[in-house]
Amino acid sequence: MRSFTYERAASPADAARAVAATQGAKFIAGGTNLLDLMKLEIERPTHLVDVQDLGLDAIEETEEGGLRIGTLVSNTALSAHPKVRRDYAVLTRAIQAGASGQLRNKATTGGNMLQRTRCSYFYDTNMPCNKRKPGDGCAAIRGSSRQLGVIGTSDSCIATYPGDMAVAMRVLDAVVETVKPDGTARSIPSAEFHRLWGDTPHVETVLEPGEIITHVRLPAPLGGRHFYSKVRDRRSYAFALVSVAAVIQSDGTGQVAFGGVAPRPWRLPEADAQLRNGAAAVVRTAFADARPTEDNKFKIPLAERTLAGILAEAKG
Amino acid sequence: MEFNAPAGENLFDRSKVVGKSTRRIDGPLKVSGRAPYAAERHDVAANQAYGWIVGAGIAKGRIRSMNLDEARKAPGVIAIVAATEHNAVGSSDWNIAPLFGGRDIAHYHQAIAVVVAETFEQARAAAGLIRTSYDSADGRFDLETAKEKSKVGTGFSGDKSESTLGDFDSAYGSAAATVDATYTTPDESHAMMEPMASIAAWEGDRLTVWTSNQMIAWGKKALASILKIDEDKVRVDSPYIGGGFGGKLFVRADAVMAALGAKAAGRPVKVVMQRPLMFNNATHRHATIQRVRLGADQDGRITAIAHECWSGNLDGESGEDGTLQTPKLYTGANRLTRSFVAELDLPEGNAMRAPGEAVGHLALEVAMDELAEKLGMDPVELRVLNDAKDTVPADPDTKISDRNLVRCLREGAERFGWSKRNPQAGGNRRGRWLTGMGCAAGYRAGPTEKSAARVRMDADGGFTVETDMTDIGTGSYTIIAQTAAETMGVPLERVNVELGDSAFPASSGSGGQWGAASSTAGVYAACVNLRRAIGEKLGFDADAATFEDGKANLNGESWEIADAGALSADGEMTYGDFKDGYDVGTYAGHFAEVKVDAFTGETHITRMLSVCDAGRILNPLSARSQVIGAMVMSAGATLMEDLHVDKRFGFFANHDLAGYEVPVHADIPHQECVFLDTLDPIISPMKAKGVGELGICGPGAAVANAIYNATGIRVRDYPLTLDKYLDRLPAIA
Repeated sequence: MRSFTYERAASPADAARAVAATQGAKFIAGGTNLLDLMKLEIERPTHLVDVQDLGLDAIEETEEGGLRIGTLVSNTALSAHPKVRRDYAVLTRAIQAGASGQLRNKATTGGNMLQRTRCSYFYDTNMPCNKRKPGDGCAAIRGSSRQLGVIGTSDSCIATYPGDMAVAMRVLDAVVETVKPDGTARSIPSAEFHRLWGDTPHVETVLEPGEIITHVRLPAPLGGRHFYSKVRDRRSYAFALVSVAAVIQSDGTGQVAFGGVAPRPWRLPEADAQLRNGAAAVVRTAFADARPTEDNKFKIPLAERTLAGILAEAKG
Repeated sequence: MEFNAPAGENLFDRSKVVGKSTRRIDGPLKVSGRAPYAAERHDVAANQAYGWIVGAGIAKGRIRSMNLDEARKAPGVIAIVAATEHNAVGSSDWNIAPLFGGRDIAHYHQAIAVVVAETFEQARAAAGLIRTSYDSADGRFDLETAKEKSKVGTGFSGDKSESTLGDFDSAYGSAAATVDATYTTPDESHAMMEPMASIAAWEGDRLTVWTSNQMIAWGKKALASILKIDEDKVRVDSPYIGGGFGGKLFVRADAVMAALGAKAAGRPVKVVMQRPLMFNNATHRHATIQRVRLGADQDGRITAIAHECWSGNLDGESGEDGTLQTPKLYTGANRLTRSFVAELDLPEGNAMRAPGEAVGHLALEVAMDELAEKLGMDPVELRVLNDAKDTVPADPDTKISDRNLVRCLREGAERFGWSKRNPQAGGNRRGRWLTGMGCAAGYRAGPTEKSAARVRMDADGGFTVETDMTDIGTGSYTIIAQTAAETMGVPLERVNVELGDSAFPASSGSGGQWGAASSTAGVYAACVNLRRAIGEKLGFDADAATFEDGKANLNGESWEIADAGALSADGEMTYGDFKDGYDVGTYAGHFAEVKVDAFTGETHITRMLSVCDAGRILNPLSARSQVIGAMVMSAGATLMEDLHVDKRFGFFANHDLAGYEVPVHADIPHQECVFLDTLDPIISPMKAKGVGELGICGPGAAVANAIYNATGIRVRDYPLTLDKYLDRLPAIA
């Protein structure tokens, strides 16, 4: 771990300004991802701006009947909130399918949206990685890629967004609220929050330098039945091979997003529209542009079979 | 003391302490954090500095240059020992690639430098400033390709790993039912909880290494040889070990780099091998390709049995011999086993819990399941029918010491409700779940090694046992205390046990499931000598006396043994040639039940049972822990453990505990472990055999067979992850 300087910010705008003002500065909240990456020198921040004093740790009801979640709300608190459990069960299930109890106690809502990939080559600084070092090349392409992306990837990077919470946020059409260094606020639909890699895989979200997540807003409840199926090689504490978040109404319509397959939680409105036609139709549409590797092509039939299991349960 | 004839009735047959379930005497220290592991030995040497190992960034080739300038100037740096400025260290009998090899790189993450600094963080940060450039060379990283040039390897005994009997080809050719199947198992990592760690300190030319090591005497010899110093100048101390599984049988780079770092820094240095280095720098279990051919008559009697295995290693010599159990388990007049080893430039393969047998069962015991199905026989009955009786099937001149495999299988079948198994594979579906049961037999040798100990009696009648035996989490402290308490006729609480110091008499160490049987026999030998010393002092014939409740009794007379005052005796158990005529084995019947998600292919184990025949069980409580732990590891090998070989760069890509998945609690259901109450008079006076590896020989095959029974899908490529059979699961609507 390189030496770095550290400060605690008093307001979101102060935090944003502090990060924007220093080359190589980063926010730190729970630190569950950043500290690990710093120890491996994959992240080498020069300055850390600690946001834990910002007070953004409440879950409030909105006028539209939804919820506004402070960026510092822990995964544990968010998943246990009575209203989340009742009205946004897909979110509770997704969060509880991720990490471990200890990590969920520490991980924050905003931080989790920014979780970085788990690609083995990203983690090994001897290996070329465009995400770590732009222009370096990608060792994962034609490498060990069973865990990696099948769609939305590029010739520069085939990593995935590895998390669970954001997959549920995507299916719920959550909105990310931010503050920029100049103090202005904006709202970013979850559909637009994570970028596809293209030829700049080191740029993972649409956040501008210094821009800080303050809240994640959930629209009014969708009703329906909520599912989160996470398929993995062991039953806990493992990243998804494929996960499926779905909200299914009694008439068979609904929303569906896939995790573990792409740079972002993968959801296409035209695939949602196929839900009444069954899992095969949804997956055919959602993964029409897939470019899997030999190692991970199983993810597409796995996505279909996982969704089929959900739809069977939704009917039953 | 030489054990040179089968044990007759002895004091352990009337035992009061040995054989009783006993909580670990070191348990309170461990659960309260007061048992210091290697990296926590803050008190043993003042002024400890921290070392950080730099691993090679290529798999094969040569270092062109290392720029150390920035690192040397970094805050807190005391010394850097780098491959470009230091000759390769010496070799030892226990490793292939040099643990610090100069400019030549033999495998990925081989140690090329240690950076020593005032703090751990400073050492790490400075190490990140070293710039190394390489000339890469082509390497051989693909077993499937390399196996074309493989040759028959050598086993642990140094003999060629092959045996034949009768005429396999013609018997196989004329068999009524045959199976010819090839199975593959991946490279696996020990992934023990405590990584390798050492603190090294020099006093003049004398070196002390506080470390985490299973085999103290080997470690001492190896360090002397690697560092080119006299063996009697080296002390190794390893009282607490956070898991080894064979990965700590040998001195590795942590100890060597700590010693070199300490020399360069002029003060004690601590090196903990970084977890991401554990997978490529340390050893691993070799991948295998195994072909099993079985031929049987129509009644199910095996007439032909062949097991061939291919693996690879840096030396093209010492591989993973998956055939080890095959000469022993089943009858059959015509046989062939052969283990080939190819040259590979991957990291060094070496022993991991039940080397050979652990993966051998994943082939043989699934092939037996396949044969049973072809014959239309129950898999338990097929095994019972072909059980070896009095002599080793592949070596009829060798007698079997004591074998109760049929009892294991029968009792296991009864307890598990095997009769409820639907023999029709894929025939049980409840909702989304396909359910099934599987069984497997298990064989693991029950070896002994010579082992010495010292037992001291204090003036107040308390006892201390000293031996360089190790407790790798297995419960050695406790069974040694039990043995001493039993032999000296005192309560367990009167016995203190000190382990793991090379200054103590040399023991068997812990490995190959020989530790429990061997080390307790050595303690018994020392206790017998102490009894004689007491008898001499107090004037009675100790060999004729009985020792109970702190007293020695003989012919109606009684002596308080404490009256003899402070005394000490050394003893060693060695073994006579008579044992060469016997095969001493441990046996098990393993059963598993699974449910497989018909949609996603996820496997959940719902029940596991192992019935074990391993002679006297010295401490049923810790023996059970050994077996259920091994069952977990076996389940892991079957379902998930897999080092991913990057065949371009020549390394294991998933080199951390997020990428290399081992089972978690949620994967493991209720486990049951039953010990038959057997005694093996051939092994030692204790009549007790090891169990630590028996439990990983077969349970995974039972799981694999249960998955087949559930799904009707046979996957022969381990681990049995869902991507390998998704396309064969039932169609979805």
